[in-house]
Formats: sequence, C-alpha cells, structure tokens
Amino acid sequence: MRRRARPDAPDGRVRLVYQRFRRAAGWLSARVLARWRRSLQLRVVTSALLASSVMTVALGLFVVHRVTDGLVVAEKEQALEQLASGVTYLGDELSSIKGQDDPELDSVLRQAARNLSDRGSRATDFAVAVLPTGNRRLSPKYVPRYSPDDVRPPAQLTGLIATGEQRGYQFTRTSLDDRPARPFLVVGAPVDTQAGRFDLYYFVPLDDQVATVSLVQNSLTAIGALLLLLLAAIAGIVARQVVTPVRVAARTAERLSAGLLEERMVVRGEDELARLAHSFNQMAANLQRQIVQLENLSRLQQRFTSDVSHELRTPLTTVRMAADVIHAASDTFPPALARSTELLSNEVDRFESLLNDLLEISRYDAGAAVLDPEDTDVRTIVTRTVDGLAQLAERTGSELEVVLPDEPVVAEVDPRRVERILRNLVGNAIEHGEGRPVKITLASDADALAITVRDYGVGLRPGEAQAVFDRFWRADPSRARQTGGTGLGLSISREDARLHDGWLQVWGWPALGAQFRLTLPLRRGERLAAAPLPLAPADAGSRYPRAIEAAPRALPAGAAHPALTPGPADAAGTEEEQDA
Amino acid sequence: MWGMRARVLVVDDDPALAEMLGIVLRGEGFAPSFVADGEAALTVFRETRPDLVLLDLMLPGMSGLDVCRAVRAESGVPIVMLTAKSDTVDVVLGLESGADDYVVKPFKPKELVARVRARLRRGEEAPPETLTIGPPQAQVQIDVPGHSVTRDGSPIALTPLEFDLLVALARKPRQVFTREVLLEQVWGYRHAADTRLVNVHVQRLRAKVERDPEHPEVVLTVRGVGYKAGTG
Repeated sequence: MRRRARPDAPDGRVRLVYQRFRRAAGWLSARVLARWRRSLQLRVVTSALLASSVMTVALGLFVVHRVTDGLVVAEKEQALEQLASGVTYLGDELSSIKGQDDPELDSVLRQAARNLSDRGSRATDFAVAVLPTGNRRLSPKYVPRYSPDDVRPPAQLTGLIATGEQRGYQFTRTSLDDRPARPFLVVGAPVDTQAGRFDLYYFVPLDDQVATVSLVQNSLTAIGALLLLLLAAIAGIVARQVVTPVRVAARTAERLSAGLLEERMVVRGEDELARLAHSFNQMAANLQRQIVQLENLSRLQQRFTSDVSHELRTPLTTVRMAADVIHAASDTFPPALARSTELLSNEVDRFESLLNDLLEISRYDAGAAVLDPEDTDVRTIVTRTVDGLAQLAERTGSELEVVLPDEPVVAEVDPRRVERILRNLVGNAIEHGEGRPVKITLASDADALAITVRDYGVGLRPGEAQAVFDRFWRADPSRARQTGGTGLGLSISREDARLHDGWLQVWGWPALGAQFRLTLPLRRGERLAAAPLPLAPADAGSRYPRAIEAAPRALPAGAAHPALTPGPADAAGTEEEQDA
Repeated sequence: MWGMRARVLVVDDDPALAEMLGIVLRGEGFAPSFVADGEAALTVFRETRPDLVLLDLMLPGMSGLDVCRAVRAESGVPIVMLTAKSDTVDVVLGLESGADDYVVKPFKPKELVARVRARLRRGEEAPPETLTIGPPQAQVQIDVPGHSVTRDGSPIALTPLEFDLLVALARKPRQVFTREVLLEQVWGYRHAADTRLVNVHVQRLRAKVERDPEHPEVVLTVRGVGYKAGTG
C-alpha cells in the first residue's frame, strides 16, 4: 500500500506550506523576471546600483583600513616610546639594588611599578605589569591599581620576550577588571639588572581608536548608503529621460499601427531624443502619405471599376438583347447567318462573364471586396448550386451525386460567394469529369464545415495543384474548351474562400481524378484548425503517393508533394498540418 | 386588345438601351412608354399611370433612387430597377428606396420579361379570405381580396409585394419559410440565390406592420433557416 501524505498529518501540513511558499515564490520571481524583461529603466537602475555599490564598498573598506592603520601605528609608536622610557626608569631604579636577595627589592619594585603606572598620562584602564623572572621570593606580578590575576600579558608576547627579543607588541582583547573584554595594545620589553631580569608590560587600551574607527565606519556607511540612493536616483532620472521618449515612441507606434495615422511625437530640444522623435514623425508622415496614397488609389480603382462597370454594361445590355432578339428569329435565316447569330450570342455571353470576373478580380485587388455574411444552412446552397448545374451535367453525361448531413449546417457565410465558389468547383468538375460521376459532399464539426467536390476525370499532373488557382491557367492548352470558362473562376473562388478566412484546396493525380475541398469556419472571425473532411479522397486508394515520407521514390522527378496543395496561404505539408 | 396590354414605363437615359427595351417589351405584348430624365420621370409617371416601372438607377437630373422614392411615395406600383452594380450596398440601397426587384445589367431579354411578368401577375381571382397574423397584442388583419391590412382598425399601407409577402407568411402560420421558398412563392423565381431581396423586403414590411421593428412580433426570424409568422 502506498502511503499518501494527508494535509492533516504534520509532514503533510509542512509540505502544504512549502508548496504554497514555493508557488508564491515562483509567482513572485515570475513577476520580477517579467518586470526585469520589460523595463529598461529597472535594468539601468539596477546595474548602476550594483556597480556603484561595489565601488562604494571597496572604497569604504579601503578608507577604513587606512584610517585604522594610521591610528594603530601612531598608538604603537607612542606605546613603544613610553615603554622605552619605562625600561630606562626601571633600570635606573633598580641600579641601587645589588643582588636578587636584596630585601629592598620588593618595595622598590612595587614603588617603581606604581610610579610607572602613574607616569602613564592615560587616565583610565592604562595598566603596567612588572614580572620578575626566576626570582621566587618576589611576587610573580607587580600590578598597581588592578588585581594581578586580571592583568595577564598574552602568552605569545611573553614567549617572544622570553626568547630574548628586546621588545614586542601584540593586539589582544582582554579585560583588566570585571568589565567585558576590550581591545588592548600590549607592549613588553625585558629589563636586565644586577638584581635579575624583569619583564615590563604596558597595557594600552584602544577604546579611542576603536571609537574613531567605528565612527569612520558608520560615517562611511551612512555616506555610502546616501551615495547609493543618490546614484540610484540619478540613474533612474537619466534612464527615465531616455526611456520616457522611447515609451512615448512605442505608444505612438502602437497607435499608428492601430490606424491613428495622425499620431505624432512631441519634438523638444535638439538632442538625440529630439532627433528620434523627429525621425519617428518623419517616418509616420511618410507612412501616412503612402497609406493615404494607397487608399486614394484604392478608392480611384473602386470608382474606376464602378464606372467601367456601368459604362460597359449599358451598351453590353443593348448588344445582348439585340443578339437574343436576332437569335430568336434565326430559324428563318440561311445557315451562315444563323450560325453567325449563334456565335454572336455565345460570345456576348462569354464577354459578359469575362467582364464580370475581371471586375470581381479587380475589386479583390483593390481590397474593395466585402463579405456580406448571414446565418445560412449551407445545405440549401449546395442543393441550389447542384440544381442549377443539372442541365450542364446532363449535357456532358456526368451524374451529380450529393451527400448532405441530415442536420442543418448553419454557418455565418456570404451565401452568394459560397454559391459562386461551388458553382465554379462543380462546373469545373463537370467540364473535366469526362462524363463520369461528380460527387459533392458536405460535412461539418463544431467549428468548421467542409465541402468536397470529387471528379474522376483526367486528374492533375504533379505541380498542377499549385497552378490551378492561377489567373487564366488552363489545364491543357491543347484541349478544346467545352464550356468556355473565363480562366478566372478558381482565382476568384480562392479569394472568396480567403475572404471567409477559409481554405480552398485541391488534391489530384493523373487518371485518378481530382478533389477540391472548401473549408469554412462556422462563425466569422474564427481561425480554422482542421477540416471535417480529408483532402485526399478515400476512394483513390493507395495508387498515388500519400505523402513524400511514405514513398519518396514513387514520385516523378522534380515533384515535391504534387497532389496536395496546402491552404490558401502558401504553407506546405500534408493535410494534417495545413495552416491557412 | 390595346386595353389589355400592361403599360410599362421605362426610365432610362441611354437611348439605345431604351429603344432595345421597347422592342423587347413590345414583342412580349407590353405597352412601353419612355422617359430619359429623372426630373421628368415623375410627371410622365403621373400622366401615363403605368402598371410597372422599369427604372435605371443611374440617371441624369434626379438619381434613380430619388425617383424610386418619389414614385413609391405616391403609388404601390411595382418597380423593377436596372442596375449595373451588383454590389450589396447598391442593391440594398435600391431595394430600401422602394424597388420590388432588380435586374443586373447585362441581362437577357427573357430574364427581364420573366421578372416583369412576375411583378404583373398578381392574385386576380383571390377567394374571399381574411387572415390574421401576429400575437394577440400585436395582431394584424389581412383582407386578401380587398388588398387591405389593418391593425386595431387603422389601415396599414403596403405595396403589393409587401402584401404578398405578408399573406404568404400568414397563410401557413406554423411553417418556417426559407428565403428560397419565399423567393419562389412571392417573387416567382426558381433557383434564385438572391436572399437580399427577401431580407430587405422583410425589413420594409416590419417597419410598417411591427409595433417595434427592433423587436418583431409579426414576422419572426428563424436563425439559419428563414422567417415565420408570429402567432399567439
């Protein structure tokens, strides 16, 4: 059985707290990191602060070191000088003593030590110790004013003196009474007399020096902290001076790109920032000019299109009607005249569809095409299109097979454009279907609908899948055209699909036929992720290479992935990875 | 025989097209009259009292849309506009100005004649029938043979087309009509894709029969399908 930590168990609670802490820490560090990444000012201030604090600390340490050194050296010199005179004095005092056993020795030593202690001008805590070496009849330490037990020269120093060194010093921490230990400078020297050898030690308190050093330290710390604050503030101000215009520039650029073309930066002064603002404004002005120019061009183009449309259509209508009236009476004409009338009528038709397609394409090129979406059951569009093309299919002998879902497929589409796409696709399929059936399938999922139009005609040669959407492209220039399309149909269809944020794609393989697939989002403004129907038809079997990875060698030379045309944008790949 | 012929007023500034229209219309048994100027159109309309107006939207003087509004202001006569623009905005603008239907240039003579006939062929032998449509608080009464529509006794002026649309919905209060079915029943088209015709006319109808056109009670929208009559 696995044991699970419960929140009420002590370790569980700890873990819970830890987890919460970790989460909070993670959140905080993420926030800080994000701020760090986003704010140039923060980075500048932080770097300046870091650099200057290193500098300040180094400088402070150096100053403190120098001050301490200077103070200690002076104190040491003074203490040693005093010691030297003490040694002379003690030597003089003891010169009258003739031997170790002189009974005067003890009192002389005592007096001399007191005198030495009094001579030290230091008021407090100054201690003198005289240590007779090797004379057992004397007390081991002569220490005026203090208890001899408290005044202990450091062992290292006594060792040094014992080895015959003429003088020595040592810094130590000690206490001469019950007070806590404090720093002292202890100096010591031997005094050789006829009465034997005596070691003289001075205990010099370093309170003043310590006080001075700590004062210096404190002042330096305070000054350093103040300096750092000041530097941070300066860095902040400087960074702000640079960053603020950059921020303003960024905001202005955002507003510009959002379409507020009048947006400009304020130019102040003549410095680099002013130059930035100036260049920025110049750029904005150029952009604006270009955009306005393009807009004007587009408007002109729209105007022109509209005018041409009207001016051409009115006479064309007259010609059209005249041709029809003549054609209606052609039964009574001689054969040549009757045929001419027929040609006239047909070519007027063709001229008209060409004119319509050209105007539509130019509308797309001018960016003037607008979607007119409404909620529509796409099944009705499919049915209507197929009904409308039934006659044509009958003529070529193709059977139109329609597969529709039982439920309505309601989508926010422009029904006229979708019908135009379908009419194009089904019309093409009939024209190229060689009299074989044409299958139209509609399916939908939660986000998208797809319509496939499958024919079993000559299919597409490798590389042609890309080209079918090109303007005026013909499947086979040598083949006689039957229905006389304008060559613009699929280009327009693709634009129509694109206007819906949809895909229009084709699969095809020689002798296996072709399948077009139209994929549209059910709701406006949504991006397509996948299509409810596969692009390659299931009934094509495996006689064509499904993907380059699967059968690279089966492909003709030079063909990368011939059958599958990716989405309306020019992404490549198999159907699973299309991206419009 | 002359008296039986339907009179069609052609308002078009292009002489060649007007003449051609005349030839076609005469050939189909109509009695066309012509006016080339928007300003003069209204005067000629009043003089000739046509059964139908064929109106080119691009006219010198007064714009086609203004003529359309002026004619509609004083008569429910069917108006079919001729337009070179198939853009939605233009078509919708024309329909909102009061046109019943439109034909986009270049059109085939047959297409034009079919539309003209559809507008002229109206329920000549309507049986005596009174319909109601809408929920009780907003109910509208329709006297079919009398071609009148009233709410709370006060008459509502509808054009013949709006009347037909309302009658079609009222006759089958439980049925949801797709735009295509309405196009076929009211306009007389088969396989016509232009649902804008229906949309605009439903808007126009609502503006007249609804208490609050923003919240329709008489003519209801069925999302993704079409329209149906509002019932109690």
